[in-house]
Amino acid sequence: MFQSLEEIIKKCETEEKCFWEIIREDDVQERRVTPEDSYEKMMDTWDAMLLAAANYDAKQKSSSGLAGGDGAKMEEYILNKECLCGSFLGQVIAGALQMGESNACMKRIVAAPTAGACGVMPAILVPYFKRLSNNAAKIVEALYVAAGIGQVIALRASISGAQGGCQAEIGSASAMAAGALTYLEGGNNLQIVHAAAMALKNLLGLVCDPVAGLVEVPCVKRNVIGAVNAVSSAEMALAGIESRIPPDQVIDAMREVGDKMDISLRETGQGGLAGTPYGRDIEKRLFASS
Amino acid sequence: MNIFDILGPVMVGPSSSHTAGAVRIGYISRNLLQDTPVKAVISFHGSFATTGIGHGTDRAIIAGLLGMQPDDIRIPDSFSHAEKMNLSYEFKQVSLRNAHPNTVVLDMRGMSGRTLQVQASSLGGGRIMINKLDGIDVNFTAEKPTLIVHNQDQPGHVAEVTSMLSHKSVNIATMQLYRNKRGGYAVMVIETDQEIPAESIKWLEHLEGIIKVTYINS
Ligand code: SF4
Repeated sequence: MFQSLEEIIKKCETEEKCFWEIIREDDVQERRVTPEDSYEKMMDTWDAMLLAAANYDAKQKSSSGLAGGDGAKMEEYILNKECLCGSFLGQVIAGALQMGESNACMKRIVAAPTAGACGVMPAILVPYFKRLSNNAAKIVEALYVAAGIGQVIALRASISGAQGGCQAEIGSASAMAAGALTYLEGGNNLQIVHAAAMALKNLLGLVCDPVAGLVEVPCVKRNVIGAVNAVSSAEMALAGIESRIPPDQVIDAMREVGDKMDISLRETGQGGLAGTPYGRDIEKRLFASS
Repeated sequence: MNIFDILGPVMVGPSSSHTAGAVRIGYISRNLLQDTPVKAVISFHGSFATTGIGHGTDRAIIAGLLGMQPDDIRIPDSFSHAEKMNLSYEFKQVSLRNAHPNTVVLDMRGMSGRTLQVQASSLGGGRIMINKLDGIDVNFTAEKPTLIVHNQDQPGHVAEVTSMLSHKSVNIATMQLYRNKRGGYAVMVIETDQEIPAESIKWLEHLEGIIKVTYINS
């Protein structure tokens, strides 16, 4: 396991290997498997993401009735109207909503890094996969890149909303996706980690405030900001823009902010949107029976 | 933690702690019981008690007890599967002292009459910790092969177990010892890097002073 992004980049340089190869190598040691086994498991993970995206059901509603149908609305909108942000980003938005809704409806998804944030990575990777004319090998490499970034965040800060707020879930997912996309677009190692850093910076301070404690409101739509922010951060990095604060220190800042975050804003369903009069009403209505 | 805890698990939503972790608690508890559960009393504590229903924690625990894994698409319908598979269950709420917010206590009875009480918590990301077995404090994640030995509290048993493992070239990753003052026996929890051969488990069971041996690998 790597303690810092810097350590990963150094290792890439000394061993003259790609980012993704270094992460795979580490997995091989960590889990005592062969490189082929590791690769196959990542390919299975990708298959599971694709399958989850394909299994979206426009008619599904979560058992609370709060989530469902928005992803279908967005898809219809981008089909019938030339959307302002272009077709790729339109698909990203629709994909993020759809996966978030599938999760809320107890469908099978890939936690990336958590279930609440499961829409961010596939929202970008699924439409990108189509652009790549279905080159799965490239996507698998990008998943290793994302996993490497996520692993450092998990070690240095947190990937749990209960611990670090939503910046730790949607923020981490966004950083991972930004790095993956930068890799896919041909960015170098430094650009990859700066994309991740910028994505995380932009979501610093995001609180975890799920209404009634359920992974539905605002989680489903937060996947959209995570994904769109990943695209813009990757674009900045590819344009040669860097995070002024070194990437590892951005992660440390995320940890510090999470530590200072009030408990009511860390997945307790008390503060923020959960604490609004409307949020409270929903909670009362849902739990009146139990 | 490894990279597939970051990109993964593949799971049925909506919550890695309240759904996937709960399935895993049920699944591991079933393995610890070493029997097919026919009756279970499930007591939810903390956040499991307050937001468990909306997250399907109840259905998730039952799914696990039926032997389903966190990615099983039958999880949302586990109650009807329980009926078919003759598992009767009851949900309660408890307030435990010094427990993680996502904790559950399972009282299980198996088809062949075995009983076991498991207290476990869901740590996030689908990972779990078993906290108590029949009221005795233990701490293990069940991520590695795990051997649990109940033995009379007398010298020599630790050496017997460890030398058996080294003889079989099984590397010990962690080892913990607990004493049950009331029962006058001790519990060893050993996590290993390799699987332990079935015949070695049998051999252990027949040793003088060994009360019960449980081995799980999942
Ligand atoms: S608000 Fe909380 S539960 Fe929802 S996605 Fe963000 S961290 Fe997860």
